[in-house]
Amino acid sequence: MAKIGVFICHCGENIAAKVDCTKLAAAMGEHPGVAVSVEYKYFCSDPGQESVKKAIRDNNLTGIVIAACSPRMHEATFRKACAEAGLNPYLCEIANIREQCSWVHTDSDMATEKAMDITRSMIEKVKRNNKLQPIEVPVTRRALVIGGGIAGLQAALDIANAGQEVVLVEREPSLGGHMAQLSETFPTLDCSQCIMTPRMVETAQHPNIRLLTYAEVESVDGYIGNFKVRIRMKSRYVDTHKCTGCGDCMTKCPVKKISSEFDCGLGKRTAIYTPFAQSVPNIPIIDTASCIYFKNGKCKMCQKSCQINAIDFEMQDEFIDLEIGAIVVATGFQIQNTAMYGEYGYGKFPDVITGLQFERLATASGPTAGKILRPSDGKEPENVVFIQCAGSRDPSKGVRYCSKICCMYTAKHAMLYAHKAHGGKTNIFYMDIRAAGKGYDEFTRRAIEEDEASYIRGRVSKVWQENGKLMVRGVDTLLGRPVTVAADMVVLATAMVPQPNAKEFAKIIGIAYDEYGFYNEAHLKLRPVESSTAGVFLAGACQSPKDIPDSVAQASASASKVLALFSKEKLEREPVIAINNEATCAGCWGCVLACPYNAIEKKDICDRSGRLIKQVAYVNPGLCQGCGTCVTFCRSNSLDLAGFTEKQIFAEVMGL
Amino acid sequence: MSEQQFEPNIIAFVCTYCTYAGADLAGTSRLKYAPNVRIVRLPCTGRISPMFILKALQKGADGVLVSGCHPGDCHFTHGNYHARRRWMVFRSLLEFTGISPERVKYSWISAAEGSKFADLINSVTEDIRKLGPFDQYQQMIKDAQSPATL
Repeated sequence: MAKIGVFICHCGENIAAKVDCTKLAAAMGEHPGVAVSVEYKYFCSDPGQESVKKAIRDNNLTGIVIAACSPRMHEATFRKACAEAGLNPYLCEIANIREQCSWVHTDSDMATEKAMDITRSMIEKVKRNNKLQPIEVPVTRRALVIGGGIAGLQAALDIANAGQEVVLVEREPSLGGHMAQLSETFPTLDCSQCIMTPRMVETAQHPNIRLLTYAEVESVDGYIGNFKVRIRMKSRYVDTHKCTGCGDCMTKCPVKKISSEFDCGLGKRTAIYTPFAQSVPNIPIIDTASCIYFKNGKCKMCQKSCQINAIDFEMQDEFIDLEIGAIVVATGFQIQNTAMYGEYGYGKFPDVITGLQFERLATASGPTAGKILRPSDGKEPENVVFIQCAGSRDPSKGVRYCSKICCMYTAKHAMLYAHKAHGGKTNIFYMDIRAAGKGYDEFTRRAIEEDEASYIRGRVSKVWQENGKLMVRGVDTLLGRPVTVAADMVVLATAMVPQPNAKEFAKIIGIAYDEYGFYNEAHLKLRPVESSTAGVFLAGACQSPKDIPDSVAQASASASKVLALFSKEKLEREPVIAINNEATCAGCWGCVLACPYNAIEKKDICDRSGRLIKQVAYVNPGLCQGCGTCVTFCRSNSLDLAGFTEKQIFAEVMGL
Repeated sequence: MSEQQFEPNIIAFVCTYCTYAGADLAGTSRLKYAPNVRIVRLPCTGRISPMFILKALQKGADGVLVSGCHPGDCHFTHGNYHARRRWMVFRSLLEFTGISPERVKYSWISAAEGSKFADLINSVTEDIRKLGPFDQYQQMIKDAQSPATL
């Protein structure tokens, strides 16, 4: 038998001025199941709360309704009071008769009538409330950071510096990502290597960070606080424990003319190699596709040269299984393949290069030792044309979005070129100059005013070769006429695109992605670093094109989310989650499709001898966020949402 | 019937993150609107079953309002899209049963749109008032209970 207490708050004059609280209290006192119905000036005050607690104890109430302000104001207050009086906090409901009644209506009688309806419906609801317990999920305090670029490093270091364990997985043989390839960074023109490599070393030497390079995430199971992750350690054919990184093997390797991925094809590497001189860890790998031994079983020059016997041609991939509490995805981006723009001649003319290739040319540690030289003949170009938006903001051939960094790095390239090749001329074809950011607009102005970059507003229609020059034909939309520029080198500001396997990888982790393959945040504005899956966070350009400051900021934000998660031994969550009735569940999996959080799994129901009887849906309490979309989807009415059950809502409607 | 104006009963199913917060904002901004709407708070419009709407109409509501976050703004990423899809299907069912789909309104109100909420309540109240009382169901019950029809 229900014994409901109804507490009607005057909120000073805020409610009482419009709603006849005495009449309301009297009417509610008459309602079936109501044991106590009282009014008071301020129930949220200390004496008010005490009177509620006393009423609960004295009358053994089975539920209470506070008719007062919005539940968004004081639901937590009164739930706490309930708990202190020994009543389950989820047996408390708030009837919002202030924000949604007394404050918004002028007619006192109608407002009182509405307040009665609102309170009555909450009485009917609370009669059907269940005792709920907060969900406790144990938390493994170990974070997995996927990706060893600047975002991954920042996230890993922030978490590790806060005293938590981190496993950092990098697919490539070395940490560094794209940032390690860059020459100097906008808007300060400080050298990328100088700020990046200390970070890499710090990460590798950090006592709280376990570094797994040349490794890939194979599978992710489990849920927030309790992920089970399998990592594949790809075989380097070099024993990481023995190798000292002396580099003798690389000197001796007879295969020396492999185009270097790190140098974007502008430099050469050997078959046993480290991607670049400052690689962390400084341990080479063998490229089995190019290695003579792996091709015809002879050579072993590297093995012979290695004095500590670190080279092992028999090495196999290994698997590492990890228990992980939170995951930071920082898998980065790729640049779009520009070969599709036949009109720009990329791939056809060697002196048409991408922005990233230009970075390699401008880097002191790059293939030309920092001299801007033409790939075709090694001469310094006298005139360079930059083409912005070579792929970005081009719905017909490229991508629709703005890659965000190209305006800035093109301005930087123009500056670097001006500083290195005195008297050199630059022409930049652009659509708009988008230089929003601290010090960014000043930077592009500097390129124009001090380093004499000539900006031409318009698109390029064709690049062709004539008398040893690259002829760039475009339009100057400000002057309204076509222009042709004879250049020695053309640099394309190519679009930033997701990693080629971004979508498949998202499926492994169980996170959502957009039409391009960039990973979706839980809420664009309010939860920009959380993925749609609880316990998985995003950092850097895997979420959208970003520059270094933005990537670092997002990585630190992700780290703080991870640390908040790790600040408790157990994760406590509101018990508003979907619950399945396994007896009636038919296993149609409509709910699995509806769930935005991948919280619904298939569960085997077996008999005593272990034979499978049927499969039913199981809602993982760690993942469910309690939206209730699956409940409405459920064809057999097996699913229900705790706190907002069908019974409760129907009763609420009938009480109105 | 007297000359007195018809006061419709309207039940609103709203999500707690956007429209309920928008309604609270209308309150804290002390905007005034028609007192005909009663709100049922749910976590997300994705939770709203067409059965709730039918139940409201059965209970005697003259109109039903469903309101949630703007497309793309759903706290639960896409519950409001589910609600919209359900409505597209449910609409034709309502028509089939002879209930004017005009009695059920869908809208998006964000937590920042207090004045839009007040305007919406006023316009929905006016629209339903024009449609008059929803008495088809009560009439049907009455008819069904008369022995002649059975």
